[in-house]
Amino acid sequence: MTAALELNQIVGRHGQLQAIKGMTLRIDKGEVAAIIGANGAGKTTLMRMIAGLHPCAEGSIALFGSDVTAMPAHGRLKAGIALSPEGRRLFGDMTVQENLMIAAENGRRGDWNLASVCDAFSQITPLLARPAGGLSGGQRQAVAIARALIANPDVLLLDEVSLGLSPVAVDGVYQSLETLRGAMTMILVEQDLTRAMKFAGRVICMAEGVLELDGAPKDLTRAQITDAYFGIHKTADTAAGGAAHA
Amino acid sequence: MLEAIVQGVLLGGYYAVLAAGLSLMFGVVRFINLAHGDMAVLGAMIALWFVQGAGLHVAIAIALTLPLMGALGWLMQRMIFERALQGGFLIPILTTIGLGAALQNGMFGLFGSDTKSLGAYIGNLSWASWEIPGGIFIGQLPGYMFLTAILVLGAVHVLLTRTAFGRAVRATATDSEAAALCGVDARRVHRGAAAIAVALAGLAGIFLAMRAQVTPFAGPMLLIFAFEAVVIGGIGSLRGTLIGGIALGLAQSLGAMISPQFSLLAGHCVFLAVLAYRLMSGAAAGRGGWRATISALFFHKSMLRGKS
Repeated sequence: MTAALELNQIVGRHGQLQAIKGMTLRIDKGEVAAIIGANGAGKTTLMRMIAGLHPCAEGSIALFGSDVTAMPAHGRLKAGIALSPEGRRLFGDMTVQENLMIAAENGRRGDWNLASVCDAFSQITPLLARPAGGLSGGQRQAVAIARALIANPDVLLLDEVSLGLSPVAVDGVYQSLETLRGAMTMILVEQDLTRAMKFAGRVICMAEGVLELDGAPKDLTRAQITDAYFGIHKTADTAAGGAAHA
Repeated sequence: MLEAIVQGVLLGGYYAVLAAGLSLMFGVVRFINLAHGDMAVLGAMIALWFVQGAGLHVAIAIALTLPLMGALGWLMQRMIFERALQGGFLIPILTTIGLGAALQNGMFGLFGSDTKSLGAYIGNLSWASWEIPGGIFIGQLPGYMFLTAILVLGAVHVLLTRTAFGRAVRATATDSEAAALCGVDARRVHRGAAAIAVALAGLAGIFLAMRAQVTPFAGPMLLIFAFEAVVIGGIGSLRGTLIGGIALGLAQSLGAMISPQFSLLAGHCVFLAVLAYRLMSGAAAGRGGWRATISALFFHKSMLRGKS
């Protein structure tokens, strides 16, 4: 398989705090990977680093073998990495159509355009002329994903897909995402473990800025995931190490 | 009275063009350019040099000056403002104060300290007027300036609302990080906005040189007028800037009816009243509205009286 994205020993910092601690990860082309982890695990920082919004203090990021570590966020979109960010970050004073057009005008040319994203996210069509600031949470999420998609990325990053959405809205968003499976590489950050395990072909669990667990959902037990999610192994190891040392 | 209102509205067009660049820079780049007035004077001086020094027609001089000012704005954003913005809030202010002083002294060195005007090069436009019903005379030059102001601000409005560049400008002004995620290069957008802003300042300077006289040290006063129009009309809105410019022009024109000395002061008073209202309405919103704020104010005073 071709590697779509390769992270090599990347380190991300928030001032003195090391949020990502030398993480290495390879995501293959067409793969759908879910990143899970407790609050503060570094998931959003990782997504922002891949998208070019957060600097890589050490290590490198490669997209289809090309080093994009020093590339700014707007350049990474043109290279093929699009992020639907946490909090949606729509331009509230602009219409839904304008929000989509900005990414279409500044992104890459390809199969995704206004008509095709409206087909994939049918709930957007009646909203095109409305200001994005007045949309519901589910509608905002759909527009945010469509905005990332219309730039024709190779790698689609989706941060906190279901956060703050009603179960019905989450169902709608995942139904639309299902249509993208196979068309592009997707990495999503998801707090809902059941949803992540059901949708993704690979689950990556992070705790305190490091990769704790990585595998196909069918190969992982609930206990393994829970332990990795809360960093229980590490805590137990540290406690055991501490006891042995003493 | 009616004539003063008409003159005030026409004067407002000039103030709106002067203020539009300042508003655009602050709205998009989040940068208060304290050298804005000096850039307007620079635009006037360059146009004057084309006319007086190179012997060109005024229209050609304007056509050459505006792109030159735009290029200067682009370069200043690229070479100076971008770097100043990285230094936090204070550095851009200090930088533009220094830039303004350098521009004033540079123009003094290059063009001398004499007052200059384009009035002598625009034929009878300086004094020609139209008579409208009611025996009111409208100066042709203020009339054309007002029309030009409406056209130019309208064109900038269309640029911002109907083009890809305009959408990128508005997106960057709203959330530059989200704009970057949409492929927008904020630095390029900022340079484009600076080019438009400085070209608008140049146009305002040319207007000033046509209707009055300019000196190399006129910039700070122009900056004050621009600030007042922006604050009255609301920052970041071209329509608001036009309204602010007209309000300022009206205040000055009506103030001049009371006393010639009261003209500028009336503009300053309107500016201060609007500023005070904005500040107090913000505070009132936080205290449960105007009525609650006023009650609290009286209650507080009575408490103080009781203590004394």
